[in-house]
Amino acid sequence: MLLAIDTSAGTSVAIVDAQGVVRAEHNSLDTRKHAEVIGDFIRGCLTDAECAVTDLTGVVAGMGPGPFTGLRVGIVAARAFAFGAGLPLLPVVTHDALALGETEPIVVATDARRKELYWSTYEGSDAAGLPVRVAGPALAPAAELAASVPSFEHFQLRDSQPVHASNLARLAFLLREHHRPFAGEEALYLRSPDVTLSAGPKRVTA
Amino acid sequence: MSNPAPNPASAVASSALSGQLPANTTNPLVLGIETSCDETGIGIVRGNQLLANVISSSMDEHARYGGVVPEVAARAHLEAMQPALEQALAEAGVELSELDAIAVTSGPGLAGALMVGVAAAKALSVATGKPLYAVNHLVGHVGADVLRDDGTEIELPTIALLVSGGHTSLLLVRDLVSDVELLGETIDDAAGEAFDKVARLLGLPYPGGPQIDRVAIGGNPKAIRFPRGLTHTKDVDRHRYDFSFSGLKTSVARWVEREQDAGTDFSIADVAASFREAVVDVLLTKAVAACVDREVPRLLLGGGVVANYRVRELAAARCAEAGIELRIPPLSLCTDNGAMIAALGAQLIMAGKEPSTLGFSADSTLPVTQIQA
Repeated sequence: MLLAIDTSAGTSVAIVDAQGVVRAEHNSLDTRKHAEVIGDFIRGCLTDAECAVTDLTGVVAGMGPGPFTGLRVGIVAARAFAFGAGLPLLPVVTHDALALGETEPIVVATDARRKELYWSTYEGSDAAGLPVRVAGPALAPAAELAASVPSFEHFQLRDSQPVHASNLARLAFLLREHHRPFAGEEALYLRSPDVTLSAGPKRVTA
Repeated sequence: MSNPAPNPASAVASSALSGQLPANTTNPLVLGIETSCDETGIGIVRGNQLLANVISSSMDEHARYGGVVPEVAARAHLEAMQPALEQALAEAGVELSELDAIAVTSGPGLAGALMVGVAAAKALSVATGKPLYAVNHLVGHVGADVLRDDGTEIELPTIALLVSGGHTSLLLVRDLVSDVELLGETIDDAAGEAFDKVARLLGLPYPGGPQIDRVAIGGNPKAIRFPRGLTHTKDVDRHRYDFSFSGLKTSVARWVEREQDAGTDFSIADVAASFREAVVDVLLTKAVAACVDREVPRLLLGGGVVANYRVRELAAARCAEAGIELRIPPLSLCTDNGAMIAALGAQLIMAGKEPSTLGFSADSTLPVTQIQA
């Protein structure tokens, strides 16, 4: 069984068994309460799934893309849980989980706030059932999505879908089964910290 | 998907059950997590004994911006968390499974930074089944004093002066786990922030405290009489124990600009020494007044600004003069660290306090009266 955690939008935590059956899932769409609910969601999933920590075989972390304050809450929780339970950490790209099971060419777009979107394009799925990402994840102004995504007309738009951690777990099972690489260890913020170097102290006298 | 109601009959999960005290309440082994500002601190204590104090600081990353950038700090916490946990356990020579409890700073501090520690602590608690204590960062600074290895014990009540880049607070601590009163705090900049800002206008790098200390050597602290914020009779009624450093910073800037405009070859050492004297004078005047008013002849210092030489020197002189016992924890326990959080967690356990429930939030303005969240 895998525990999966994603806070790239709201908070989603799930436990999925090796047959792909969702044993438990807790979701919140609130984008401001990640750190508050994360502990109860993890424990709630273990309780609902009647699953002991020792029944788990890995911890899946949704690496984003996602707005930074929330995104890293799920990542650090997944890392800490994996560390505490002595389990492997399985990082996945959250957009890949949103594209799981799609057979048509699609563009996945999720809210990046500040009138921007995170997007990735997929050419359906391969023989293993894994989404084939062709571009992204990347960041674009919401009003200029069509102009920012290469061959935008080729893809059907999939936006505003809630993230389900259970789909991250299913994706991770497939990656593991087919010996495909997991995502990198870096959080996919896709934005630099909001800070500019100042030119020096401002005068206080005229 | 709906959230199925928890089924109490199926408590197969070996996870922590809130409300349950750790097995060992006399000398508990506690791991503390601190991420309220730019230091990822992981400490391990056994009761009042310090076993490990690992600090991973992102200070260098902030230097070019002249101050702590919250997003830069939070990103650094995410990357430093697991290596710091591993290092602390190795230094203490203990396994995760041996811990009696985990403690974490839930506030006050930078919201995005706090969230990293809070989320890590919750996940670690559920994964290991260890009870979790969410504790107050400022009270943690006072709690650091129980870890001194010189055999002297903290005597209560005590006045505590906590001075850092983010806080300037004067507390009356009657009991570490149940009775802390906020006497006053800064109404604008923290003292450490004032050091950073004045260092910048003098063309000195960040962090400002050590730089001001360095250039103040040989300077005359009485060369320029900079204002002492909130010490006038008209302010003392409402702000007897409050601090204000924003006006002081502006006053230094005005003075420097006037001299520069006039082309005067002024002494940076005098400016630095006089500015520092103004900060330190206010800090100690108010702290000593609190000791005298409240008839508490004990003063404890905490926070990163305690590293400033003149703070410790003037504290020693003023306390000796007024017959006040001065306590300063070792500097590695004065700056932000996880050991003080672990120590406060251990105090709570030894006092029989139950663990926090898992739903607590990262509270950037957690009041000092709330010792445990």
